[in-house]
Amino acid sequence: MYIIIVGGGKVGYYLARALLDEGHEILVVEKKENKCELICSELGSVCFHGDGCEAATLAEIGTGRADMFIAVTGDDEDNLVACQVAKHKFNVPRTIARINNPKNETIFKKLGIDVTVSSTNLILENIEEEVPTHPLTHLLTIRDKGLEIVQVKIPPDSITVGKSVKELSLPPDSRLVLIIPAEEKPHVPTVKTILQARDQVIAVTPPESELALRAALRGA
Amino acid sequence: MKVVIMGCGRVGAQLATLLDAENHSVTVMDLDDYSFRRLPPDFNGTALVGNGIDEEALKKAGIEEADVFVAVTQGDNRNVMAAQIAKHIFNVPKVVCRIYDPLRRDLYDALGIEAFSPTTIFAQILKEKVEG
Repeated sequence: MYIIIVGGGKVGYYLARALLDEGHEILVVEKKENKCELICSELGSVCFHGDGCEAATLAEIGTGRADMFIAVTGDDEDNLVACQVAKHKFNVPRTIARINNPKNETIFKKLGIDVTVSSTNLILENIEEEVPTHPLTHLLTIRDKGLEIVQVKIPPDSITVGKSVKELSLPPDSRLVLIIPAEEKPHVPTVKTILQARDQVIAVTPPESELALRAALRGA
Repeated sequence: MKVVIMGCGRVGAQLATLLDAENHSVTVMDLDDYSFRRLPPDFNGTALVGNGIDEEALKKAGIEEADVFVAVTQGDNRNVMAAQIAKHIFNVPKVVCRIYDPLRRDLYDALGIEAFSPTTIFAQILKEKVEG
C-alpha cells in the first residue's frame, strides 16, 4: 500500500519505520528541514520537505494514488485540514487523524474524519491502569456504539461488599459483564451474584453513566 | 446583528471597529490580549482572550446566539477548523473565513465554507494596477 504520513515527529517517525518494515510504500511529509534530513538519513529517502496541508504539496507527492493518509502532527487543526484535503480533493479512501486535545474528538467525528486516535487519552488510560487506587479504568472504547468497557475495583470496606448485583442501583444503560475475584476464577455475573471485597468488575457503559456506575459499585 | 470575530490582527481589529461603529454587537477573540491594543479606545464590543477552535471558548464568546462568525487568524488551518465548528456544530447562519492558500480556499468553498484568499484577491488587484 502507498501510505502518506503527515508529521515527522516521534509518532510519525516510528509509524513510518513500523510500516516500512511491513513492506509498505511510505512517504513522510514534514515542514522542518532538519527533521526531514534526520528521517532520510535513518530510513532512506522517505521524507518530503513540505507542508502536508497544502494542496499543491499533496498533488506533488501523488496523494491521488495513496491508499491511506495519516496525519500525526502535534496540532489538531493541521491534522484535520490535511485529512480533509486528502479526502475531498484527492479521494484517499482512508484518512486517520491524531488528536492531541481530547475535546476535539467529537468535532473531528462530526467533520467527517474516518478514524481518529486520541494520543492524550491513550496515555491517560495507560497511566490510570498503573495507579493501584484508581477507582475506574478505561479498557476499551467502542466508538461507533458510544460505549466503553471499564474496570472497577471493589474496595474491602465498600458498603456494596456482600450485596447482590440485583441490589445495586446500577444505571439502566450499564451492564456488568465479568467479575474477576481476588482469589477465584473469573465468572460472568447474574443478578444473584454477590460482590466480594477486592473483586474486579468489568462493565460496559456509555461514558455519561460512568460516574453513576462507579458510585453504584463502590458505594460512594 | 451579533458578530463573533476570531483573530484580532490588523484585519480582525479593523473589521471589529467598522462593525462596532455601525452599532452591531461585536465580540472579538484572540489568543493574546496584547492584540486588543489594535481596537480603538471607544470600542463598545467585547474583547475576549480565548482559542477559537475550543467549543467552550466559542460558547463564552456567544457563538450560540451569533448571526455571523468570521475567522481571520494568521493560521489557515485554525481558520478553517473554527469556521467548520461554527457552521456544523453551532449552526451559525453566516460563516466567513480567510484562507491564504488559494487551492485550499477552492476546496473549502466546495465544502460550503465561504472563504476568501487574500493572496488571489490582492494579486488580482496588483495585476490590474500593473496593467493600468
